[in-house]
Amino acid sequence: MSLTQEEMKVLQLVWEDSRIRPADAAVMLGMTEEAVRAAIEKLEREKVIVGYPALINWDKTPVEKVKAVIEVKVTPQRDMGFDAIAARIYRFDEVKAVYLMSGAYDLMLEVQADNLRTLASFVSQKLSTIDNVLSTATHFVLKKYKVDGVILEEDHADGRLAVSP
Amino acid sequence: MNYESIVNRTVRDIPPSGIRKFFDIVATMKDAISLGVGEPDFVTPWNICESAIYSIEQGQTHYTSNWGNLELRREIARYLFHRCGLTYDPEREIIVTVGASEGIDLALRTLIEPGDEVLIPEPSYVSYSPCVKLAGGVPVGIPTDASVAFRVLPEQLAARITPRTKALILPYPNNPTGGIMERADLEAIAKVLEDTDIMVISDEIYSELTYGGRTHASFASVPGMFERTITLNGFSKAFAMTGWRMGYACAPAPIAKLMCKIHQYTMLCAPAQGQAAATEALRSGFENNYASIARMRDVYDRRRRMMLKAFHDMGLPCFEPLGAFYVFPCIRSTGMNSEEFCEKLLREQKVAAVPGTAFGASGEGYIRCSYATATDKIAEALRRIARFVDAHREA
Repeated sequence: MSLTQEEMKVLQLVWEDSRIRPADAAVMLGMTEEAVRAAIEKLEREKVIVGYPALINWDKTPVEKVKAVIEVKVTPQRDMGFDAIAARIYRFDEVKAVYLMSGAYDLMLEVQADNLRTLASFVSQKLSTIDNVLSTATHFVLKKYKVDGVILEEDHADGRLAVSP
Repeated sequence: MNYESIVNRTVRDIPPSGIRKFFDIVATMKDAISLGVGEPDFVTPWNICESAIYSIEQGQTHYTSNWGNLELRREIARYLFHRCGLTYDPEREIIVTVGASEGIDLALRTLIEPGDEVLIPEPSYVSYSPCVKLAGGVPVGIPTDASVAFRVLPEQLAARITPRTKALILPYPNNPTGGIMERADLEAIAKVLEDTDIMVISDEIYSELTYGGRTHASFASVPGMFERTITLNGFSKAFAMTGWRMGYACAPAPIAKLMCKIHQYTMLCAPAQGQAAATEALRSGFENNYASIARMRDVYDRRRRMMLKAFHDMGLPCFEPLGAFYVFPCIRSTGMNSEEFCEKLLREQKVAAVPGTAFGASGEGYIRCSYATATDKIAEALRRIARFVDAHREA
């Protein structure tokens, strides 16, 4: 879909900080507040912006979830390709992300469950038993270092001299 | 021993830097926000850092050619051609220097005979005048102000030319004012110079940081001006590489040869690791159409607009800077002078800015605020400055 340069600039800004107020965005981008609001409305309407979640480092919370990346080989279906089988898979709550991949396997899943037993049962009872799923390979996530371009534990101390010419 | 009497008088008499005092106060303060920093807040892109690490692993820990690695000089030549429309011969016209700062010194020492005058637009970067004096020359200021967007006007230039005028320094985009000189402005300057032997030292360290749809114009690209121009640039601002101390000086071969003579006997060569990093900066920049520069510039531009609006809202007149990363508002309406304003602001609101006078007498009445600082910190600093200005307006 085609976006104007201004819409792209608004999008970039919202991507970096979804809490930004339209009035502030307008100042920063040299646009009117109305133009910023209109751009955001269009981006939402066209499902370019589909949500405003926060980026959370769950490892710092008491929440203990089990996360895994699962490689899935499937048989594509006539007329539907991989889309129908992907839809069968991504509707499960445990599945947080699904990607169609090139290479040795077809779909890559990011899966999350409350504990190992739930996750194991999802793989053996739900995922593997779907028609057209040929095989799966599950890799557990041990630690996340960087998510969506953000380094989770980086120290942001400013190492510069406080005043310089 | 009476050191005062035995040391070099020129060195002894150079006044201390106007920002030292502020640095000392800020250093003792907790949660002060500094808008006084003259370097990018971005860290050097990792691919550039990584290439320096690799060069150490590869044992590239030796002297390089005095001129700098030829591979790097070729990259510089290609970069200048694509970004500034300049054609320099990498074998004879480009010297890799220890920051653009070294280039200022090399250029001045190569040109100046004792007593020669060097024209310097003011306000401008703190090094020019001391470096002219150290080279035995006489700095002659050309005051600029907000009413002409801090540009040098041709009639101002013409009025200051004497038989002793050796060179003109053109520091655009300008630190501290954020002023730029567009092509038409440079052409007007060129007209004044064309029948003289005056050389131009064009310090273009902020060449990648222009806003409002303007692109940088290099003085050497103005027809007829190549032969009289020494172009200085570097990696500090465009690639966030201040601490690497990597720059370059470009000049017609007969001048470059002499500049390299000084460089050879004082520096020998720029650091090998810095050269490896700089090579990667330009090579990857060329391959991805300088995407990292564009990203930084977009962020700077947003903060620039933020600051400009805030100063207007405070009722402090502020010319719209179109280059570098500084805003230079006029604080005369507060009844304070620059130094007083900055010192009180720091003590009362814990915000550090630099008085315009640190950059020459014509900076009186202005303060320099750098927007090379995280956006949320700038927002908080602007709120504090607004409180400060309000409090002193009522008083």
